[in-house]
This record gives sequence, structure tokens and C-alpha cells, in this order.
Amino acid sequence: MSEKQTLVVIGNGMVGQHFLANLVDSPLKEQYEIITFCEEPRAAYDRVHLSSFFTGTTAQELSLVEDGFFERHGITLHLGDKAASIDRTAKTVTSAKGVNIAYDKLVLATGSYPFVPPVPGHDRAQCLVYRTIEDLEAMAAAAKTGKIGTVVGGGLLGLEAAKALMDLGLKTHVVEFAPRLMAVQLDDAGGAMLRLKIENLGVTVHTGKNTSIITDGEHCVNKMCFADGEELETDIVLFSAGIRPRDELARACGLEVGQRGGIIIDNQCRTSDPSIYAIGECALWNGMIYGLVAPGYTMARTVVADLAGNDASFTGADMSTKLKLMGVDVASIGDAHAKTQGAMVYTYQNGASEVYKRLVVSQDKKQLLGAVLVGDASGYSTLLQYCLNGIELPENPDALILPHRSDESVGLGPDALPASAQICSCYDVTKGAICSAIEGGCMTMGALKAETKAATGCGGCSALLKSVLDSELSKQGFEVNTDICEHFAYTRQDLHNLIRVEGIKTFADLLHKHGKGHGCEICKPTIGNILASQWNEHILEKDHLGLQDTNDTYLANMQKDGTYSVVPRITGGEISPDMLIALGQVGKKYKLYTKITGGQRVDLFGARVDQLPHIWKELIDAGFESGHAYGKSLRTVKSCVGSTWCRYGIDDSVGLAIELENRYKGLRSPHKIKFAVSGCTRECAEAQGKDVGVIATENGWNLYVCGNGGMKPRHADLFATGLDKPTLIKTIDRFLSFYVRTADRLQRTSVWMENMEGGLDYLKSVVIEDKLGLCDQLEQQMQYVIDTYQCEWKTAIEDEAKLKRFRHFINSDQPDDNIVFVEERGQIRPADETERKHFKLMEIA
Amino acid sequence: MAKWIDVCSVDDLQPDSGVCALLEGEQVAIFWMPVLSGAEEPEADAKVYAVGNYDPFGNANVLSRGLIGDIGGQPVVASPLYKQHYNLQTGVCLEDETVKIPVYAIRIENGSVQVDLSSLPQKGEPAL
Repeated sequence: MSEKQTLVVIGNGMVGQHFLANLVDSPLKEQYEIITFCEEPRAAYDRVHLSSFFTGTTAQELSLVEDGFFERHGITLHLGDKAASIDRTAKTVTSAKGVNIAYDKLVLATGSYPFVPPVPGHDRAQCLVYRTIEDLEAMAAAAKTGKIGTVVGGGLLGLEAAKALMDLGLKTHVVEFAPRLMAVQLDDAGGAMLRLKIENLGVTVHTGKNTSIITDGEHCVNKMCFADGEELETDIVLFSAGIRPRDELARACGLEVGQRGGIIIDNQCRTSDPSIYAIGECALWNGMIYGLVAPGYTMARTVVADLAGNDASFTGADMSTKLKLMGVDVASIGDAHAKTQGAMVYTYQNGASEVYKRLVVSQDKKQLLGAVLVGDASGYSTLLQYCLNGIELPENPDALILPHRSDESVGLGPDALPASAQICSCYDVTKGAICSAIEGGCMTMGALKAETKAATGCGGCSALLKSVLDSELSKQGFEVNTDICEHFAYTRQDLHNLIRVEGIKTFADLLHKHGKGHGCEICKPTIGNILASQWNEHILEKDHLGLQDTNDTYLANMQKDGTYSVVPRITGGEISPDMLIALGQVGKKYKLYTKITGGQRVDLFGARVDQLPHIWKELIDAGFESGHAYGKSLRTVKSCVGSTWCRYGIDDSVGLAIELENRYKGLRSPHKIKFAVSGCTRECAEAQGKDVGVIATENGWNLYVCGNGGMKPRHADLFATGLDKPTLIKTIDRFLSFYVRTADRLQRTSVWMENMEGGLDYLKSVVIEDKLGLCDQLEQQMQYVIDTYQCEWKTAIEDEAKLKRFRHFINSDQPDDNIVFVEERGQIRPADETERKHFKLMEIA
Repeated sequence: MAKWIDVCSVDDLQPDSGVCALLEGEQVAIFWMPVLSGAEEPEADAKVYAVGNYDPFGNANVLSRGLIGDIGGQPVVASPLYKQHYNLQTGVCLEDETVKIPVYAIRIENGSVQVDLSSLPQKGEPAL
């Protein structure tokens, strides 16, 4: 095909973007010139996690569009321009700004709008809706002057919106027309339990309320009057009473629409015009509008397949949901209301723990039809698999919801699932796809997530994914061997526990009690590292010296020719002219190659082993201390100049960076650790690419964790927001101690996080909520390390025994004749092989 | 014909670690594996090894600064540059058996570390 056809997509929301992403991933992208209209001022963003906007997530972080996506794939994006009309005869689309485009294929992904009940006064000031980032900005503006906020609608979205009002610091009410919360998903008892839990969090819930008018309040901006005569004063009224499909374009051009709205589509998502498709919340399939993102994504993929001429159908979607509403677990599966003929119900209610569970099963008690879980949704994955795959229930189905107080497991093992079972509903990943990825070599959770995308959406399936992985690996005959090496049948975490609990202070003692043989270059440095993070003795003490990698042994970094580089600490990257001169003088005197590092300090290269103590003597006399560039330990805390000098600075990033670097310097950890502190959200210190990143905001410090640059960049996760300094430091103490205890050897925080069961939420529950009751210990351990800090070089140069190793030959003062430098750009560099031979020949001659 | 010469004192060695000696122009890496404190006959089990200091993969004189240990019962040193292992008794590289570093005869006599000069390569002959 030489001439490209034109494909126009109207709407760049979550579903429109998913469609584009799948389209450009297919050969179709060669066939079509792609054009998309986006009425909002920004391209697709994550509406599912919209409420996180109020806890520090920025509009940019919510974006679903990779940098340069449209440019890279040659897609024309009309941003902030709304498609205004479609001419089906001429096959053209005209926009509000007057752009006119002829299409061959058209995809409508216009989404929905929030339904606002036609109550008199619904358009008064501070009567808002909750759908776009602009809506959120209006809410934030209104919250500045208001004290009370009320959500109209107690469904899924309404409760999300209530959380947003709480996060804005408002006294929050929820008004629901139905007699219970989440009327679609929950039964009466489940709704009542949810209400109890939400009221305990400080939200006032009003059910069975019909708003008759909104008018002037006496103490607040607005007053809501209900049909039963009661009134509620509120500053903000937030409508979240359901959605309506955006079908006005389709109506105007004569496409078939449903009686109550929605563009009618067939199983291929085609509208009544074969050139036009509709997907997402604007589409009506079999009389249903799907207000969830997963079915919209399935529709998007169906259209891509149909365009490519492949067989694909959208045949409805499972509307089961599991979510955390204001920290309360809620889940609903299948026929939650037991509407199926002959359905039988089991319920379990625990008033003390505020847990409610309900199972709906078929008459013969063999099939699970539906379920409701409130307060504890841990059984969701298992129940969903029973329901979706028609797996026969155990003899006593109630065992699935009764608390099991023995070790006996009633969960559905991964082996019971058919290959077609959907494990990840966000990305539609089946067990079969996961098994082939494992066969193809994905042996870790991190690799599996990267390959299949499973568990990278909402993350709800990660525990199930892990159990599939473990089961498959053991089936393939891989003994999941987590032993660190042949000398110790333990993981790094086990060894850490043994050392801590038994008070073991030396490698020899540990080997004698728990290992065999002599050790190797895997277990020795690992155990040396654990001993250092636990007891913090000098690493060159006689008992520890033989455990250290060469860099630690010589307190410097070995380079390719066997020489070392020297990096003194420059806290926060702040250095006075005098110190800089002193550093320069040392470099000059020893003829070292000098380079500025990425961590805002100076690296001096080309030092011979015998020169290291002399160099350090001079550096220490000038006021420097070890930079630990050689260790698995805190490297640098990078900072921008912050509020002290910068016009935009919000807080003193340099001051905090220096304080943090001085606090954690010397801490030995499973791998190196890098920090950064930015003085404002412009983020000049690149804190979101660091193990620990701190960014100043007007409300306090925001803490990011587990970011990484390097080979596999990872954007850090927002961990906590609006912290004062003591809380920030306490949180970092706990985070680092927990990492030191539980990570594998040479595992950076980013990979540690990727492989952690339960992920970010779990880490928060341990570090912030103290779920494991460990936090006191973690803080004490960190304080111990801080209190026992020593500059390793200062101690070394004061101790003759430790200096003994710092010569090339034990029986001669000659230097190594294999070390040869040549000059390049006015500095030294190691000679290459040819240059070195030439040099030796000259010497002999 | 063995020709033992004193290199240094046992006190100059680092337990479970290496040092480098210069012998007739050759760089010799010397490793000392003393015995674990719990062993039954400490003296009999103590081991000292001597191999070439030159790392044939990294092309640098660094092997004496590698970590030592045992793998599958063989005493080994791991290169500090690219982590290849060499058997301390045979000099054979575990990752590539075609590569071999020189091995020298060594012993401890009355607190003195001695190397057999006849095990060093003759001048002009490649050390293999």
C-alpha cells in the first residue's frame, strides 16, 4: 500500500491513549496517518488515581503518555481542540478551532461526563464535579476558603471524591440517595460495614437522602435541603452521582444511540456506520455502559485487532472490583446481590474486627456466582478465579470466607487455574502468558513484570503472580535456591538475622556455626558488609580485612590498570574555595587525573597503592574525610542550591542535604545508596532518580524512594508528603534500616522494591504504619551506626598495622613497573597495551 | 633442584588474604589461609600458596589483591578486576581452562615464608 489512509481518534483519555499505544505497537502504524483530538489542555492521564493529586502526585506524574510519544510515532495531536462535528457522507471531522480532516476510519473515544442531578441550585458557586485535573484545581481553590465539603453520591467514585475532600482538609459529608453506600456493588450488610468504617475515619454519611434544592447557607456558602426536611450546610458540593456517555457528536451525525444514551456498538466495537468505531465509556454494548477502565482497554485492543483483519470480539467484561477506599478494603465479585435463580448465600460478619464477607453460590453449591468483601479483601484473587473460571468449589464453600486459625490453607493454589485464567485484569495477562514468559527465562518478579506487564497496573494481582512464578519454577525443576553460595545455605536476609540475633561479630564465628569450607568472593564481602552495618567496626580490623573486596581493602576504587581513584567527601556538593584549592594541590602534587563526578564531588585517578596513605594524610590535614566511594554505602547527597540563593527555592535543600549526608555517611548497605534533595518541584537535583529523594514543597518535604538512574532507570515512588524535618529523618532511618536488613546482596533499592511482595503499600505499612512492630528496632540500629561513625581513612593512617598492606611489594619498595601513564588533554591516562610495550622497549634500550 | 629463599616473615602475611613479593623480577602473589579457629589440627591444615600476580584478562598486576576461598573444594583466588577464579594449586582458570597462571612452590619454615626459585621461569622464557 503506497498511499496511507487516515485514522482519526476523537478523545485522548485513558482508553483513547491505550488504543493509540496498541495501534503503534502493531504493523497497522505503517498503514495509517494517525490524527487525534484532545479537548482537554493535556494529553491522557490516569483518572483512576486522580485523588493522589491531593497527596502530592503532580499532573505530570499522572500522565499516561511517554515523553515524545506522539512525535516518535508521527501522530498529530490537536491538544485543547474539541471535535465539533462529523460529516459521515463526506467522511470529515471538523474541530471547534476549524480544523477539517478527511478520515478513512474514525474511532470515538469521547468518554463520559459526570451526571449532575437537575436539582435547583446545582449550578451555584462551589458546586463542582470530579473528573478532570481542572476539576481538581477548582476543588483545591474552593477548599482554600471553605471548611466543609459534601459529596453527592456514595458509589465508587463518590467515595474516591470524599477522600479527596478529606485530603484537602475539609470536614467531609457523603450524601447518597440509595439506602446504602456502593449500592451497585454491595448488599445491605456490606454497605453498613463500609459505612461504619468510613464514619470511624471522620466522614459523616447520610443515606436515603433526596436533595430537593441547594441554596444560600447561613454559615457556609451553600445549604442543601433534603426531601425529608433536613438540611446540611456545606461550602463545597461535589457531584459524583454517576456518569453519562459523551454521545453528542454521534447523535448529531445520526449514529445509532441507546435510549438512555451511549453509542451502540457490536462485538467488534463498530457503530452503525462501518467506518466508525466507539470505545470506552461512550460506547453502549448489549445495553451496558462500562464505567471501568479495563473493559475500555479491551475494546481498544479489539478495534486494533479488527482493523488488522484479525478475529477479535468484545463480549462483555467482568465488573468485579477490588479497591482501597480511604484505607478500607472493599471488593465485589460477579452476582453480589444473589439475583441468579436458586442462588444461595453464606455470610460472615465480625463486628469486633469490622470485617464482612458474603459468598453467593449456585444451587448445587459447586459454582461461585459472586462475593462481597469489606474490611479484608485478601481472598479476592482466589474467589475471582473460582468465579471466572468456573472452578468447582470445595465441599464446604464457607471455608473460603471463615477465618482459618490453623496452618491449613484454603487458598486456590496456582496449579488449579487453567492456562486461560486471567491473572492481571489491568493488562489482560493470562496464566498461560505468564507461564511462557517464565519458560522464556523470566525467573524473578522484576523480570516477569517487565516482560508481561502483569501486576504493573493496580498491582492487586502481585501475590497471585508470585505464587504462579514459584509454582512454575519448581515444576520446571528449578529448585528455587536462594542460598547465597555453597558455603552458607542461607539468604542474605537469613544471615543478617543470624548475625543480629546471635550477636555474631566475625566471619570465622559465623562460618564455624552456620557454614562450611573457607568462604568465597560472594559470601565474604556480603558477610563483611552485614557485620559492618550491624556492629560498625572498622573494616580493616584483622578479623574483617580478608572479607573485603579490593576497593574496601584499600579504601579506594581500583581502576583497569590496578591503580586507584580517591574521592573525598564533599557533603551536599558544597565546597569552599580553600578546600577546592587544597584538593587541587594534592592532585597536582601526585600528578593525578582529576574529574568532577555525577554526584557533585571530585575524583582523583591514578594513585598507586603505596601513594594512598600519603595522599589521604594530606587530604585529612586539609579537613577532608573519606567519601566511601569504594564501599557499598551512602555515596552522595546531591543538592540544588535551594532557597538560600535560588529565586524559586522553597526550602534550604543544601542545608538538608549536608545534614542527611553527615547522618548516613559510613552506613554499609546491600549496595551503594544515592540521595538527592531539591529545593522546589523544578527538581534540579533529580531526586526522583535516587534511592532516597527529597523535594521541598510549601507544605513540607516530600519523600521519594527506590528510584535509580544507570542501566535500568526507575522513577522513584512517592512515599510520604508534607513532612517536617524530624519526621522525614525518622522515616528515612526506618526505610534504610529495613533495606539493610531485608535486601539481597548487591540489590539496589529499586530492584528490592520491584521484587517486594505487596510493593509500595507493604513498604509503607512497615515503615510508616509500623505493621511489623519493628520501627523502634530499626531506628535504634540506625542511631547505633550514626553514633559509631568513624572516618575510615583517619583511623587507618593512625594505625601502623592497617597501613602494612599499602605497598605493592612485601619485600621491596619498588613500584609496579606495569603501571604506565601517557598524557591526554593535559592530564595522565593509563597507557594501552601497545603504548606500554613501546615504553618497556625504550626502557630496556 | 629446589632452591628455597626467604621472602618475608609469616607476620608479614595477612590471614585469609594476599600480598605480593618481587622475586628475580617476577611478581608473585602469596596467599595465606590459616586455619579456622575451630579446626582440630590448626598447624597441619594451614595453607600457603604462591601464584603469578599478573591477571591475564585484566592485563594488570593485581591478583594478590583478590579475595580467596574455596569453590567445590578447590582453593581459589578471584581476580579483583573481572572476577575470574584461578585454582591456587594448579593456576588453571575455572571459567576458561585454556588460561593458566604460573604456580610457584612455597612453604613456611620456622616462621619464614620461602619460595623455591627453581620453580620460577628461567629468564627469557614465558611464564606458563
